[in-house]
Amino acid sequence: MEKIKKSHIVMVSGMLLGIAFLFYLLKLLLWRDAALILATVVAGYPIVKKAVQAVRMRAFSIELLVIIAVVGALIIGEYVESAAVTFLFLFGAYLETRTLEKTRNSLKTLMDMVPLEATVLQGGRKVILPIENIVKGDRILIQSGEKIAVDGKVVEGQGFINQATITGESVPANKKRGDTVFGGTILDNGYLEVEAEKVGDDTAFAKIIELVEEAQEAKAKTQRFLERFANVYTPGILVLSVIVFLFTQNIELTLTFLVIACPGALVISAPVSLVAGIGNGAKAGTLVKGGEVMENLAKMDVVVFDKTGTLTKGKPEVTGVKGFGMKEDQLIKLAAEVEARSEHHLGRTIVKEAKNRDMVLTNQPFNFAVKKGQGITATLDKKHVVIGNRKLLENNGTRVNNDAYSFAIQEEKYGNTVIFVGVNNQLAGIISIADQIRREARETIEHLRALGIKQTIMLTGDNKHSAKKVADQLGIDRVFAEMLPEDKVAQIKQLKAEGKRVAMVGDGINDAPAIALADVGIAMGAVGTDAAMETADVVLMGDNLAKIPYTYRLAKATVRNLKQNMFFAVGTVGLLLAGVLFGKVFLASGMLIHELSVLIVILNAIRLVRFGKRNKKRIWPINGKLAKA
Amino acid sequence: MKTVKFQLEPLTCPTCIKKIEGALGKQTGVQEAKVLFHSSKVKVTFDETHVEVETLRTIIEKLGYPVLSEKIA
Repeated sequence: MEKIKKSHIVMVSGMLLGIAFLFYLLKLLLWRDAALILATVVAGYPIVKKAVQAVRMRAFSIELLVIIAVVGALIIGEYVESAAVTFLFLFGAYLETRTLEKTRNSLKTLMDMVPLEATVLQGGRKVILPIENIVKGDRILIQSGEKIAVDGKVVEGQGFINQATITGESVPANKKRGDTVFGGTILDNGYLEVEAEKVGDDTAFAKIIELVEEAQEAKAKTQRFLERFANVYTPGILVLSVIVFLFTQNIELTLTFLVIACPGALVISAPVSLVAGIGNGAKAGTLVKGGEVMENLAKMDVVVFDKTGTLTKGKPEVTGVKGFGMKEDQLIKLAAEVEARSEHHLGRTIVKEAKNRDMVLTNQPFNFAVKKGQGITATLDKKHVVIGNRKLLENNGTRVNNDAYSFAIQEEKYGNTVIFVGVNNQLAGIISIADQIRREARETIEHLRALGIKQTIMLTGDNKHSAKKVADQLGIDRVFAEMLPEDKVAQIKQLKAEGKRVAMVGDGINDAPAIALADVGIAMGAVGTDAAMETADVVLMGDNLAKIPYTYRLAKATVRNLKQNMFFAVGTVGLLLAGVLFGKVFLASGMLIHELSVLIVILNAIRLVRFGKRNKKRIWPINGKLAKA
Repeated sequence: MKTVKFQLEPLTCPTCIKKIEGALGKQTGVQEAKVLFHSSKVKVTFDETHVEVETLRTIIEKLGYPVLSEKIA
C-alpha cells in the first residue's frame, strides 16, 4: 500500500512539473507558479510527515533539512527550486529502493527458497499446513519438484535432492530411508516422507540466512572509517554552513550548501558493495562473515591448508593390514574394540572396517587414555593395548623392529598413514589407512597461484611420507608434517610475524585454534558443524575447495568496487560543495547530481551481484578436463 | 534480557538507521538497538521487566516505519 502511494506521489508531482513547463512555454506564468506550488505540496507532504515524526521523537533527520530548504525557497519565490527539490528527493528515494532491492536480491532469493506451506500426514489424511504450524515429529510428504520445508529424516520413499542452497553443490544427492534432508532444498525427482526434526528458525538453512544477515551488517574497516568520517562530517558541515552564512549573508546559498552536503552516497557507498559481494558469495555456497573479512581476504598472500578432511576427503579407508604373530581379522577386531571408544577419525575408520568385515565387537576397553596426536592406550580383555604411532609404542616399552619399520616406511611412501598396534609390549601388527584427495584440490592450488597467492603451505599431524606424497601430487610449496594442534598455531604465528597475510583452511574442529589465529580463517562447512561455522571467517558450505579462489577473486572485486564507490562519493560531494560556494550549482541541479551519484554508487555495486556469471564459461572447461585427467 | 526482531518495509536511507537506533536507545529498559539495514530489520535487546515489545513497536511506527512482523527470541 505505502509503496504504491509513494510511487503515485512521485508520478503526480512529476506530471505537475511537466504541466508547469508547458505553462512556461505558453507564457502563463501565474499558472506555472500555481502548478509548481501544487507539485511542491504534493511531493512535500510525505517529506513533512517523516520530518514531523522524527522531530516528535526528538530525532534529527535529513527530511527536516530538506523541508527547511524548501520553505526557504518558497519564501523567496523560487518555486521551480522547491518543486524540483521535493520531486527529486522522493524520486531519488524511490529509485534507490528499486535498485537497492537488486543488491539485496541474492539474500531474498535465498529466503524465498523456504516454502510457506507443506503437506503433512495427519491420521492418514493429507493436510496442507502453513509452516508455522508444523512441529517436530510431523510427517511431511514431498513430491517431485517441491521445496522441502523442514530439516528431518527420511522415513519413507527415495529421491534426488538438489542441495545447492545448503552446500552450493548443484549435483543432486540421492536420499533414501534414514538419510537427513534439509529445509530449503528441492526434491528434483522422487517421493519422500520426512519426519520433521528441526522447524522454522532452528533449521540449518534458517541459521545460514541469519549468519548472512549478520555478516552483511558486520562492518569493514573502510566502512567504519566512513562512519567516523560521517560523524565528524555532519557537525563539521553545520559549522561550515554557519560560517558560509556569516560571510555571504545569503540564506539560499547556505541552505543549498546544507542540503547538498548531506552525505547520502558517502554513507551508502561502502555497505552496498559489501552487501552485493557477500550476497554473491552466499549464493555460490561461500559464507563470508562481514566486510572486514572481505578486506582481509582480498589481501591474503599465503594460504595454509590442513591435510586431512580439507585437502583430502577426510573419509579414510583401511588399505592394508599386516599381523605380526596375529591373524589379520584378529588384529582388526582387537583394534576396533579399543577404538570404538575413540572420537578420532582414524579410529573410526578401523571400527568401520571391522563392521565391513561383519565382526561383532564384544570386549569393552578399560583405562582408556588418549595421547593427543599420538594414539591411545587401553586395557582390553586383561591385555595392555597400545594403538598409535611408533613414538607412542616405544614410549610404552614396545620395540618396533627393523623389518616392521621398513615395511611401515614403504606403506607411508604409498601415501598411507600407518598405525602400529602393540599388545603386552609386543608389536602385534600394522594397519595402513589412506585418505582420498579431493578432486578439485589440485586445480584449487593452481588457480590460487595463478591469482597471485605467493605461497601454499600444508600442515598436518600425519607422517612425513604421506604428507609429502599428497603435497607433491597437489603442487604445494611447503609441507610441515607430524604437527600437533599447538604446532599449527605456532606456524601461523611465525608466518604472521614474517609479515605474511595468512589464510588458514581447515575442517574446523582440530584446526579451530589455527583458524581463529589466521588473518582469514576458512572452514569446511561440513553441513551441521555449528562450531566450525562460528570460529571461521569464511565457511565453504559445500566443502568445495574450488570456491576458495572464487571467493578470493570476489573479495578483490568487492574491495575494488568499494573503493571506486568511496572515491566517487567523496569526489562528488567535494565538487558539488565547491560548485555551490562558487555559485555554479543551485539547489535543484545539486540535488539532481546528488541523487544521481547515489544511484551510480548502487548501480556500480550491482555489478558484483553478477560477478562470476560471465567467467563461468571460461572456468568450467578447465574443471572438466582436470576432473577427467 | 530478551531480544526481539522487527521486520520493516525495505529501508532505503542510511539516515533512518541513526534515527531509529537513537529513538529506541533513549527508551529505558533497552540495552541495545541495532538496525540491520540490508535486511530491513531492527534487533532490540531489552529488559522485559522495564519495557514491553508493544512500546518498542510503537516507537518505530511513530517514526514512520510500519512494522510488518516481529519475532521474539
